[in-house]
Amino acid sequence: MTTLNEQARNQIAKVITDLQHKPGALLPILHGIQDRLGYIPPESVPMIAEALNQSRADIHGVISFYHQFRSTAPGQHTVEICRAEACQSMGARQFETHVKHTLGVDYHGTTTDRSITLESVYCLGNCACAPSVRVNDQIIGRVTPEKFDGLVDELRSQKLEVQ
Amino acid sequence: MSVKVYIPRDTTSLALGADHLASELAAAVLERGEEIEIIRNGSRGLFWLEPMVEVETSAGRIAYGPVETKDIDTLLDAGLINGETGHPLCQGLTEEIPYLKKQQRLTFARAGITDPVSLEDYQAHDGFKGLKKALQMDSQSIVNEVKTSGLRGRGGAAFPTGIKWQTVLDAQPTDGSQKYIVCNADEGDSGTFADRMVMEADPYMLIEGMTIAGLAVGADQGYIYLRSEYPVAHQILNEAIEKAEAAGFLGVDILGSGKTFNLEVRLGAKAYICGEETALLESLEGKRGMVRAKPPLPAIVGLFGQPTIVNNVLSLAAIPYILAEGGHAYADYGQGRSLGTLPFQLAGNIKRGGLIEMAFGLTLRELLEDFGGGTYSGRPMRAVQVGGPLCAYLPESQWDTELDYEAFQAIGAGLGHGGVVVFDDTVDMSEQARFSMEFCVEESCGKCTPCRIGSTRGVEVIDRIRNNENRDANMDLLSDLCETMIDGSLCAMGGMTPFPVQSAVKHFPEDFQKDNAETGA
Repeated sequence: MTTLNEQARNQIAKVITDLQHKPGALLPILHGIQDRLGYIPPESVPMIAEALNQSRADIHGVISFYHQFRSTAPGQHTVEICRAEACQSMGARQFETHVKHTLGVDYHGTTTDRSITLESVYCLGNCACAPSVRVNDQIIGRVTPEKFDGLVDELRSQKLEVQ
Repeated sequence: MSVKVYIPRDTTSLALGADHLASELAAAVLERGEEIEIIRNGSRGLFWLEPMVEVETSAGRIAYGPVETKDIDTLLDAGLINGETGHPLCQGLTEEIPYLKKQQRLTFARAGITDPVSLEDYQAHDGFKGLKKALQMDSQSIVNEVKTSGLRGRGGAAFPTGIKWQTVLDAQPTDGSQKYIVCNADEGDSGTFADRMVMEADPYMLIEGMTIAGLAVGADQGYIYLRSEYPVAHQILNEAIEKAEAAGFLGVDILGSGKTFNLEVRLGAKAYICGEETALLESLEGKRGMVRAKPPLPAIVGLFGQPTIVNNVLSLAAIPYILAEGGHAYADYGQGRSLGTLPFQLAGNIKRGGLIEMAFGLTLRELLEDFGGGTYSGRPMRAVQVGGPLCAYLPESQWDTELDYEAFQAIGAGLGHGGVVVFDDTVDMSEQARFSMEFCVEESCGKCTPCRIGSTRGVEVIDRIRNNENRDANMDLLSDLCETMIDGSLCAMGGMTPFPVQSAVKHFPEDFQKDNAETGA
């Protein structure tokens, strides 16, 4: 396990201090950490446990229950493919095959260049304009394989710019 | 004064490029030396026309849609700014579009008309009328008004809202005074987006409804449990709550009444089961979203062990109208014990998908054909799933059923949250049945065995049927398994997952008979 750098540790500590007084603070804390770091580092579990006076097992149990929370760093962008019925009726199954093939990863996987992490999602509420995908916080409707490929190119070029 | 042009900011419009369209339109207009004021409204719910641009004229708003950036030049050439109607994308007066005109919009009366976070717009369209009335009433009178309306929970279970409120009003908190209002905004059913539309198009209505609920039962804290799959709704709700607080409609001393109601949005984390009210409460308390055994009811032992109203977004959103116009006015809509209106959501493989708020009683076929206009693919419709992933698939022979709770129950189906997902004739119903079980595997909280293990066995059995292994015996096994899940599960997740499976087997037996081996699983 890589040890967390000082800056990340401080960010986690700040999220915990800011939110621990809230009733039912655990989910807001977990969201806060994942929003800032992209994931919930295992090192944060004992920190949260101590602040909330709960066991590490309790905290781990909550993290592992929810599909959204992850314990490893994601790629630079997260792409979620809707797998629910309304999207199925518009060809989501074939689309999902295309996406996995194009990116060369299955769900929960990250591309080798670490630009994209692929996740599934059950409904983005855009069911009248299916199929839908979510890229980070942006939802895109009536997506086609061609549209998706263009999107991936765009995301990868953004990564180059950052580098 | 410059012309007002409306471009929605809800998820669907954004998903179809509304942000880009708005900035490109502004730039193009500027380049032509003209002036417009772009207002980012909510959606009217005519999603097949999104992004729908509306231009204000003296006769009313003129609609154009669906507009893409490539259409901007021809639209401006054709006189978009003056609301001229010559362009092929022009739909005429928005209010006269039959899809909208035929509707009976009570809950969605303001949707798409107002800027969702403008308090001025909200008040100019009857906003806070219900709250102001409620502030003059005692708790019991508010609850009585809700009882009179006949409103039943719009989340899917259709429990009478007034009875739930009465239970919370009468319940004694163990710690002396604390009660809670919880809004279930974990709208996880595929094919539904009515909650999202309320939150994105008219968030103050939900805030007002929850505040009235607080006044009715003596609760001063509310939570909106919102699914994290709705980032746009999250942002709009937070903005609206902040503004409502600053203007004195929320928080301490509401409108000088001395009454307090605080409201906070809490995010879920991608867990369908948290739409079940007791799992939702666990999640709000910071735990795994495990279903609680009932009784005790959440109305008596709810959030943090205190009496709690847990209502769906649509139920709470109906409250301001009921208080403003009276319970009788609401009950004038609908039939039998299904009173008021239900916002149906037409989705999936459908030509004209969108939100249709109507009184109970129109038939499914009217919805599919008159409103929907057939499939998007142009192929024949084959199966329709009404009410979300836990409700039945309906074959054409059942499409003349009237949309009300009792009529649907009578054919072994449900209305759920009003979502309608259409499939064309390319659908393989054994694959859909398999998915119902697979979804339950993915989303079961794991507390009870029929749901946790039964769903996994369900996938395996359906795989064997699809692979032509010992078909007859496996069909019998599937039937037994469905009965066990229905009778033995703790909540609707395991208890209703078999409904779509059974309906697929019953109404589309040919899909379980033919050799599906080549499609695999």
